[in-house]
Amino acid sequence: MKIAVCLKRVPDTVAKITIGADRKSIDESGLKFVPNPYDEFAIEEAIALKEKAGSGETVVYGIGTDAAQETLRAALAMGIDRAVLLKSPGSPDGLEIARVLAAEVKEGGYDLILCGKLAVDDYNHQVGVMLAELLGLPCISSVAHLTVADGSVEAEREIEGGVEVATCRLPAVLTCEKGLNNPRLPSLKGIMAAKKKPLETKAVPVGVGSIEVLSLDYPAERKPGKVVGEGADAVPELLRLLRTEARVL
Amino acid sequence: MPANAILAVLETRDGALRKVSHEVVAAARQISTAGGSVDALAFGVSAPEGSNGVGANRVLVAAHAEFGRYNPDGFAATVASLAGGYGAIVFAATATGRDLAPRVAAKLGVSLVTDVTGLAIDGGAIVATRPVYAGKVIQKVKLKSVPALLSIRPNTFEPEQSSANAANAPAESVPVPSFEARVKVTGIKAPDAAMLDVTEAPIVVSGGRGLKEPSNFKLLEDLAEALGNTAVGASRAVVDAGWREHGAQVGQTGKTVSPGLYIAVGISGAIQHLAGMRTAKTIVAINRDKDAPIFKVADYGIVGDLFEVVPRLTEEIRKMRSEQ
Repeated sequence: MKIAVCLKRVPDTVAKITIGADRKSIDESGLKFVPNPYDEFAIEEAIALKEKAGSGETVVYGIGTDAAQETLRAALAMGIDRAVLLKSPGSPDGLEIARVLAAEVKEGGYDLILCGKLAVDDYNHQVGVMLAELLGLPCISSVAHLTVADGSVEAEREIEGGVEVATCRLPAVLTCEKGLNNPRLPSLKGIMAAKKKPLETKAVPVGVGSIEVLSLDYPAERKPGKVVGEGADAVPELLRLLRTEARVL
Repeated sequence: MPANAILAVLETRDGALRKVSHEVVAAARQISTAGGSVDALAFGVSAPEGSNGVGANRVLVAAHAEFGRYNPDGFAATVASLAGGYGAIVFAATATGRDLAPRVAAKLGVSLVTDVTGLAIDGGAIVATRPVYAGKVIQKVKLKSVPALLSIRPNTFEPEQSSANAANAPAESVPVPSFEARVKVTGIKAPDAAMLDVTEAPIVVSGGRGLKEPSNFKLLEDLAEALGNTAVGASRAVVDAGWREHGAQVGQTGKTVSPGLYIAVGISGAIQHLAGMRTAKTIVAINRDKDAPIFKVADYGIVGDLFEVVPRLTEEIRKMRSEQ
């Protein structure tokens, strides 16, 4: 089984985000970066599927600057076989990212291409599905449960108030949702081995796209609230405020 | 068809329109220029119930024997085949819309802006506002492609209440192009048909570690039932601990919600949780720690033992509801 995984380097989800001087990008100084959490589900699934198949290859692709090498090494430490860094500052336009990835994985002969359902920085929530469409492959997005057997995929995806069950043939593109698996932590042996695994770097042209970032701002501060009272005795006053002041009940 | 026409892609389930469909039409109306029209596109085995009252000028019905459920390839082929006449196409940022919109975008070779919470026209271009970094930052982008493709976040665009815009729009059937169904949706497992999703419910009651053990979520389920039309959410800590399904998680790596009322129970308010609920219209916090960060964003707080406060709240709301 040959599996490709797409991986993005993003700011740590618990980090405070500071807007840069240009008001169009964030200030990255001192910011801790991590592999996109949804991409980690894709990495884990790729490794587990290869282990189950007993043979094959797993390859991780990342688009980013040299700093993304560290993120790709983290995937290698988890157990991915080799990595490809597509060097580019990226683009706010997901279609441009999908085009670069499509050109790269097209001739790879992959049975499965796994992506996170979204990246927790730009929240574009689109690249994996676009990638499938550009490659002419079937795609099931936001997969929270997966069975791969006999050249087919059966997947469950969360929808509002339920779970949708979908099937398709391989090769396919799947985007991964939380709940799919529990990503393993790299072992010491894995970390040592990752240093010797191949990490290929090549410059790629990413188009400018047709989405222009005009500005970044902090969300409006909420008006300071009030503590209505202490304990259960404060409940009637809370309800009165919700009815008459906030008018939400 | 004039290029300033906007196409609103509706969502249905079990042959009926979903609430978010009205919001999609309202968003389309916001970017339709004076004299411009909004067409709504509905999928189904036949025209969905209520689609002619959605507030669009025309309702286009793509009927197909396979369209009783979401059909990714069929829906995408249909939207793409209609795209030529429109200046913009608006989707819902729901499970279906998030799957469908990128397919259409890639087919057409145009860009897509997702999870939009605000729209404006500036110099003839659409400017969209959307939260990034899980709501820690608000991004403003200009869409330069035609058609402009965008998806709107549920619960953020107010549906028009009494629309003069064709309360009874004529329905026209549109042809469904031939397509290869590479993905087949074989069924929907509904854990509870009445279960509301946290992204769509007008009221959300969320619980965290303060509930001490999973079975205590019963307190919140009772409160939700008393309130009515209420979804039960959860913090990341309790989802990671396996107490609640991931679908209920509010915050980064979970869902971002904008209900009219958000009640946080036993949630301290980690930065990544606050990011997911700070756009709620009114926030109530119930927590025993008066210094918990959740009180900084809450409009109303009660400091106290949730095991006393929540049952009392449920009881008082039941009383209130029975008097209404």
